[in-house]
Order: sequence, then C-alpha cells, then structure tokens
Amino acid sequence: MAVDDLSGLREFKADLHIHTCLSPCGDWEMSPRDVIRRSREAGLDLIAICDHNSSENAGAAMREGLRAGLAVLPGMEVCTREEVHILALFEDLNQALAMQEFVYTGLSGENRPEVFGYQVVANEDNEVVCENPRLLIGATRHSLEQVVRRTHALGGLSVSAHVDRPANGIINQLGFIPPDLELDGVEISYRIPLAKARERFPLIGALPCITSSDAHFLKDIGRAATVFRMAAPRLREIGLALRAEQGRGVLS
Amino acid sequence: MNVKEMVEHFGLQPATGKKGLEREVKAGYCGDLLSEIMANAPPGCVWLTVQGHQNIVAVAVLREMAAVVLTGGRAPDEETVRKAEQEGIPILTGPHSAYDLAGRLYAAGVGKPAAA
Repeated sequence: MAVDDLSGLREFKADLHIHTCLSPCGDWEMSPRDVIRRSREAGLDLIAICDHNSSENAGAAMREGLRAGLAVLPGMEVCTREEVHILALFEDLNQALAMQEFVYTGLSGENRPEVFGYQVVANEDNEVVCENPRLLIGATRHSLEQVVRRTHALGGLSVSAHVDRPANGIINQLGFIPPDLELDGVEISYRIPLAKARERFPLIGALPCITSSDAHFLKDIGRAATVFRMAAPRLREIGLALRAEQGRGVLS
Repeated sequence: MNVKEMVEHFGLQPATGKKGLEREVKAGYCGDLLSEIMANAPPGCVWLTVQGHQNIVAVAVLREMAAVVLTGGRAPDEETVRKAEQEGIPILTGPHSAYDLAGRLYAAGVGKPAAA
C-alpha cells in the first residue's frame, strides 16, 4: 500500500474517526487494544480515536498503538451547541485532554447506561478502569465556532463529521456550512464514495474532503478510509495534505 | 386522550406496532435539538419533531414520553422503529407541520391548563 518514492512522501491509509467502548453507542468489544488489533488487520497505517465528547480512551489506544506499530492520534467527536458533530484531531494526548476539559465545562447531565449505553474507560491491557459518569451523548454548550477556535488554539485540526448525514451533520443541522467557519475539512460517511462527495453535496464547496468509518463496532473499522500522500503519519502532515501543500495531498 | 385516540383524531400513521397505544397523552412538546428536549420535555408528553434517527427513542424513554410524532411527512429510520418497538414507544407520522399539529392538539385540550 505504502509506496516510497524520491520525494520521501508515501501513501498512508487513514481512518480518522473510530469510537471505542467509551462512547455510549460504542460496542463493548471496542476496547482500545482490540480497536488497534482490528485496525492493523484492516490494513490501516493511521487511525484517530474520536469518542463522543471525550478522549479518555485515547491514551490507552496510543500506548497500544506504539506497542503494536500503528500510528494513533488522539481526537474527539464534539457535539456542539447546535448539535453538529465536529472531529477535533490532535497530535499529543495533552492537547486532546485540554480540549476535553473545555468540552466538559459545557457538558451537563449524567449518563443513564440502561438508556444510552455504557461508557467504559479501559486500559491497553483490556481491563476496565472505570465508567465515565457524564452524559457523553449530550451536547456541549459551546458553539460550533467556539469549538473550532479552541481546537485550533490547541494546535488541532477541525473536521466537520459525516456532513452527508441527517443526524448531526452540519448541512442538516444548519442548512449550510457557514463560510466564516475555519474548518480544515469535512468528512463524508462510508455510504458515499469520496470522489462523489462534492457532486452529491455541492454545499461542501472547496473544503477538503476525507472519509472514515465512524466505527462503533470492530467489524466496521476501515469500512471507509482516506489515502493521504504525506511524509509521516502525523497531524501536521495531515494538515498539509488537506491544504494540498508541499506535495502532500488526499489521494482517495 | 390516549395515544390511540390521538392517532385516530388527527389522522396520524403509527410507524410502530400496538405497544404503548394505551398511554395517556398528558402534555405536548416541540423541538429538534435533542439536548434541549432531554432537559425540558415533560413526562407523559407527545413530542413533535423532524428528527427520525435512533437517538429520539433514548430521549423519549429518558423523558418517559407517551409518543413521538415525526412532522412534515418525515419517516423514522428502520433502526429507530426497531428500538422504539423494543422500548414500547409509539412513533407516529403525519403530514402536518409542528405548528399546525401543536395548535390542534392544544385546542383539543392536550397540555392545556384546566380552566379555573
């Protein structure tokens, strides 16, 4: 899959939107360790852990990724005040945890596991650490603009999630993509080929597009993935690829 | 008025089975932002919304609603129907706008304060 050439750039197959058992709707089997194992089986070179409004399983996934030889970025799928889902992607765990602190300040309510599902924090050895008591299915009080701004201030990338979807996609929630919102890109769900995204959803305009699995079950990991041409599986490189700078780019 | 009577009176179409049709409709609530509904919808209400995805069932269970009506001719996702049947929450559909149906429900006495 990954082809070296003279430029030092190669292809990376990335699935940048994967949930774990921390998400209330995430399957119990989505432990950080098994997510990593399945991602490797699916031939992915790079993944990001994006649970709902929380990054509490990202650290375990990153440590397991290191052990297993898979690049793992910490992230989060933030639900904004407008109930738009936005991926916040980071390089370092501390950035993601700072984002989590920001999101938590606007998140109220307690989870009802029997209604919304269990929210399991697990370590890289497949042991339950605790249950997250917050209402992670809820929305933070911070607006879309505040979430994007904070993501950038912390050094992250802001990608509007599953823009083709009626549930919590930005186009359905707002009717359009605000032109002054400084998104780094948009994500198309696995249901639509990446190459068709702009044609099917003209409101995407000139924003860079990626696709990812949004997996809540192990079997769904990698059902959609984005092939980036870049130098390394790092956040900065993804930024360059989204902006098509320095020879980097989104291939498919 | 119970859910079954409401269905007949306003010409609504049940998307789910018979479970929950005997529930009393004690109040009404309109809205499409799930977080707001989760915080404010009164127990025993009929909830009028355009959202048809599965999270509406969890919200309806949480707020102990009588039923959910998808307005404007919208249809629920298959997964929504499956979960709603599991939980015994009637999902109804109808051509009315939320404004129109809420007005009719209120005029019929749903959620109207008892006359002094």
